[in-house]
Amino acid sequence: MATDHIDVRYVAGLARLHLTDEECEVFQPQLDAILNHAKSLLELDVNDIEPTAHAVPVDDVMRDDVPGISLPVESVLANAPEQAQQQIRVPKVIADA
Amino acid sequence: MPLSQESISGLRQRLTAGEITAVDLVDQLAASIEARNPELGAYLSLDLAAARECASQADLSLPLGGIPIGIKDNINVLGQPCTCGSKFLQNGYTSPYDATVISRLRAQGAIPMGRLNMDEFAMGSSTENSALGRTVNPHAPDRIPGGSSGGSAAAVAAGLAIATLGSDTGGSIRQPASHCGVVGLKPSYGRVSRYGLVAFASSLDQIGPITRSVEDAARVLQAIAGHDPRDSTSLDAPVPDYLATLENGVAGLKLGLPKEYFGEGIDEDVRTQVMAKVDQLEKAGAEIVEISLPHTEHAVATYYIIAPAEASSNLSRFDGIRYGVRKGDGDLLEVYRDSREHGFGAEVKRRILLGTYVLSSGYYDAYYNRAQKVRTLIRRDFEEAFGEVDAILSPVVPTAARRIGENSDNPLQEYLSDIFTLAANLAGICGISVPAGCVSQGGQELPVGLQILGKHLGEETLLRVARAAETV
Repeated sequence: MATDHIDVRYVAGLARLHLTDEECEVFQPQLDAILNHAKSLLELDVNDIEPTAHAVPVDDVMRDDVPGISLPVESVLANAPEQAQQQIRVPKVIADA
Repeated sequence: MPLSQESISGLRQRLTAGEITAVDLVDQLAASIEARNPELGAYLSLDLAAARECASQADLSLPLGGIPIGIKDNINVLGQPCTCGSKFLQNGYTSPYDATVISRLRAQGAIPMGRLNMDEFAMGSSTENSALGRTVNPHAPDRIPGGSSGGSAAAVAAGLAIATLGSDTGGSIRQPASHCGVVGLKPSYGRVSRYGLVAFASSLDQIGPITRSVEDAARVLQAIAGHDPRDSTSLDAPVPDYLATLENGVAGLKLGLPKEYFGEGIDEDVRTQVMAKVDQLEKAGAEIVEISLPHTEHAVATYYIIAPAEASSNLSRFDGIRYGVRKGDGDLLEVYRDSREHGFGAEVKRRILLGTYVLSSGYYDAYYNRAQKVRTLIRRDFEEAFGEVDAILSPVVPTAARRIGENSDNPLQEYLSDIFTLAANLAGICGISVPAGCVSQGGQELPVGLQILGKHLGEETLLRVARAAETV
């Protein structure tokens, strides 16, 4: 396999997880052990094998483009942690000019 | 017989004869839940008023008219919580719609009743990963009920539900059913709509019933199966009448024993129980043959690359913006990170990390792409086997239910115990766990399950063999 060690802190950044040092210490050997077990897949010759993404391939399922009833805005908004003016409120995304 | 131990058909007779009302049934179940749930922890919540309201309007002329059905807490029911066993959704989420399986149950007269505990986001085999409570095995309170649908199985086993829905991504219906001594059916991929099921691994997830009998499982499957335009992976294939062929027996059927499922690592007593069932099926007229599924040893590695990869993608929606927890008062990235750090438990973080890693630049081909190719080999193993046999027999789990807390520091050890159930999800075929007696361990009688695997959309034959296995 490509590597023996997973850089937990780096991967956590990619996954948008803010791990504590203790968590990193616990996860490191556990994830290494799991990836080490996955090395068994290297034993197999898979050169001419097509990958399976879905066990039952269903391609290009298209529905007719007709308007239907959607969820009520209020019930969807009600689940958002912060709302304002009938919209979901988020922290500022665009930096000051 | 107490109402809570009755079969669906028995209850239906009493309901239509006017001996009891659907509201009586809901009230009796609620009383049992109130009495025993504090000790068992099967239910996370119960909206009794909603269940009674639904019962008071139930159309008793329908196939499931007046029958309450417990729901795993990752399937949306309008107006109810859907926590997925996670702190992330513990507060502040109310389902704004019914999952398709719920609409179908309602259309057949059934009553969604209660929310059942589970491993967080269905990640686990013990229900110990629930952030919201502990579920114990009704047969042995110091042992796990199995998982991830542990609440669904424990409730049925303890008579706190007539039938329940669970979800199965790598064994999460069949394994807890086996540990709790009840019937658990994972339908074929595409047989049942997942619209409204909180996604874990989308190429593997299926919803299915947990019941006390094969006939009850067939009745629930009949209600929930079929095409749904809201789930593009649900198949537009006719749904057979599963009850019509249920009693046809196994005479003339060829059943395969995969040699890889009876080798090292399986508990001797479990093997003995499973083989006793196999012998009885042979006496009932089935032809038993040895078969080989040569890539079995690679199923755990393949699954624990593909399922976390899909999970890491699916769980990116839990970012603190649209629902659930929001933490952090800095910029957007900080809100994402702090919300996820606060909301997710250890197993979910572990799998997100694993999945993110195997999909990341430089490792995609080595892990994810290779695992998808091995998945093809595993699928071919089953295609070849079903060219020869009508169904496959095996244990569900190598051992009986373990003690609570045993594998808490060793996730790999825990993953390896899923060896017999994972492959069915990878191959998209159907599978069922049927009680096969008990083994004695430390003075406790612990249930063991027989797993029957059937070909894709082969639920008719699967249920027929399961019914025979239940009878012999």
